[in-house]
Amino acid sequence: MTFFRNILIRLLTTAVTLFGVAVIVFVVIRVVPGNPIAMMLPPGATEADIARLQAQYGFDKSIFQQFVIWLGGVLQGDFGTSISTRQPVAGLVLSRLPATLELSIVALVMAVIMGGTMALLGTRYRDTKTEGAVDVTAGMALSIPDFLWGLVLILLFGVLWPVFHISGRISPALNIDFTTNFYLFEALVRLRFDVLADLISHMFMPALALAIPLAAIIAQLLKQSLKETMHLDYVTLARTKGYGENHVITREALPNAILPTLTLVGVQFTFLIGGTVIIERLFSYEGLGNMAIDAVINRDLPLIQGIVILFALLFTLVNLVVDMLYVVLNPRLRHA
Amino acid sequence: MRDARGDVKRPIGLRLWLSGGWLTLLVLSAVFAPLIAPKDPLMQDLFLGRMPPFWMEGSEPGYFLGTDSLGRDVLSRMLYGARLALIVALVAGTITCVIGATLGLIAGYYRGWPDRIISRFVDIWMAFPPVLFAILLIAVLGPGLMSIIIAIVVIDWTRFARVVRAEAMSQGAMDYVASAQVAGRTRFGTMLTEILPNVLPTIVALLTLEMGIAVIVEAILSFVNLSISTDSPTWGGMISEGRTSVHQAWWVLVFPLITLFLTVLSFSQLGEGLKDRFDPVLR
Repeated sequence: MTFFRNILIRLLTTAVTLFGVAVIVFVVIRVVPGNPIAMMLPPGATEADIARLQAQYGFDKSIFQQFVIWLGGVLQGDFGTSISTRQPVAGLVLSRLPATLELSIVALVMAVIMGGTMALLGTRYRDTKTEGAVDVTAGMALSIPDFLWGLVLILLFGVLWPVFHISGRISPALNIDFTTNFYLFEALVRLRFDVLADLISHMFMPALALAIPLAAIIAQLLKQSLKETMHLDYVTLARTKGYGENHVITREALPNAILPTLTLVGVQFTFLIGGTVIIERLFSYEGLGNMAIDAVINRDLPLIQGIVILFALLFTLVNLVVDMLYVVLNPRLRHA
Repeated sequence: MRDARGDVKRPIGLRLWLSGGWLTLLVLSAVFAPLIAPKDPLMQDLFLGRMPPFWMEGSEPGYFLGTDSLGRDVLSRMLYGARLALIVALVAGTITCVIGATLGLIAGYYRGWPDRIISRFVDIWMAFPPVLFAILLIAVLGPGLMSIIIAIVVIDWTRFARVVRAEAMSQGAMDYVASAQVAGRTRFGTMLTEILPNVLPTIVALLTLEMGIAVIVEAILSFVNLSISTDSPTWGGMISEGRTSVHQAWWVLVFPLITLFLTVLSFSQLGEGLKDRFDPVLR
């Protein structure tokens, strides 16, 4: 039962972390000098108008009281009303979440494919020029953050050789009436491959920019643990049985070498999701991050709160899932 | 002793020289920007908007790397932009390092309740998307150099705290630390004289890495128009402008981007090189 006890403890610490995030955001954004309410009203508004609207949004109460009211609402699924759009925060945020999730997951898949290929190549041709090339490429890719890769990609595939769209999520002409906001998934299910191609053409560069640093980390770490595993007795045994090098690497060494990489990929995936904020801005991709920056510029306090909490929830969930995957995949922990 | 390790070290030397060379060049251009910049970085000339660099047709003599949409000299703005980038890198990097490493050292060596408190804060911080947190802080603090530095310190101290804590923990479990205790050193003294020197290579590598990150954060903040005033020359501001006019004037984006790219690469390579150089085990 230790497995379930561990998960329970993890859920409790997650709750504490989320509470801490909520407190910090709440306090930080309420120190903002500008009065968001005054900005909502036309210039001729009277003091009484401002006071009335402030009362409506609860800004006339103390920070502590505001927090208690907000928390009470959150526990019932009510994240307040956005100041700039006057719509419920929960609805706004959830309508943008699928865009960010699709971008992050596509980026993750790209990173795993690129990083995994590099690691396998580096292991297969270890101690040759190929391994050196893998090391240098990964080192370079890792030193440069996603924001700069995004700009480099814009120059390469948006200007020099313009094959991909550099802004937006979908071409307006192809915007079929989506029933969900998971455009990519829906286009696939509805077999609209023209729409799918357009979506991918928009998503390719932002996803690649996010994927490159993570691919480099995967390449380095997986290659290192693969090379360590290659010296173990059971691998030598497989070799003496007459299996070829490719079989030994992918079938024997890989399943054992993948575990340390997995834990790290979990943490790094949260960094990747965090990176979507600026990447979405750079590519005018209509996701959560782009909305967050607009919310900060408009001083839309309830919306900022909602988005930050959602990001924090996403991060902690990713970590939880990775921990559970680790138990499932690790043969030594499976029957404990 | 010359073994295989000696061969591995040679390219590291080259790496150190190249990155160090680029950063020295950058420091010199920043310091002497008023002397070497061909134009006033703020001077606008709407008749000379979007002039291409010198090797292209239609370029204007004196504007080597072309002009932006307001007719300001790209080269001069880049040279002045290096000043802000380096100030942010040095000041923000150092403060982040001192605060984060101190907390990490205390948490990793003393363990117990200081560790529990510091680790809890690290966990909470890790649940924030860093870029959004930085943008939020700048919105609260108002734009300006001080705000950028504060924002970088606030969002990135955990990078040092996490790594240094783990290192200090593994060092603290070693025999030499126990013998220092037996010899009558205080715990605080042991931390400073035994643990710190052994964690230092890691701290130095992280510090240079952090300087590169600080430059990027400044660029990102300028990009969303939250850095210094939009008028003063910053690499991020130039990139932001270049991004919008990339189809008409690619040079406004390309030159600052290359500079930023090389600078960030140099900082991280310098860190890796220095780490190997200072590592007591590898030395």
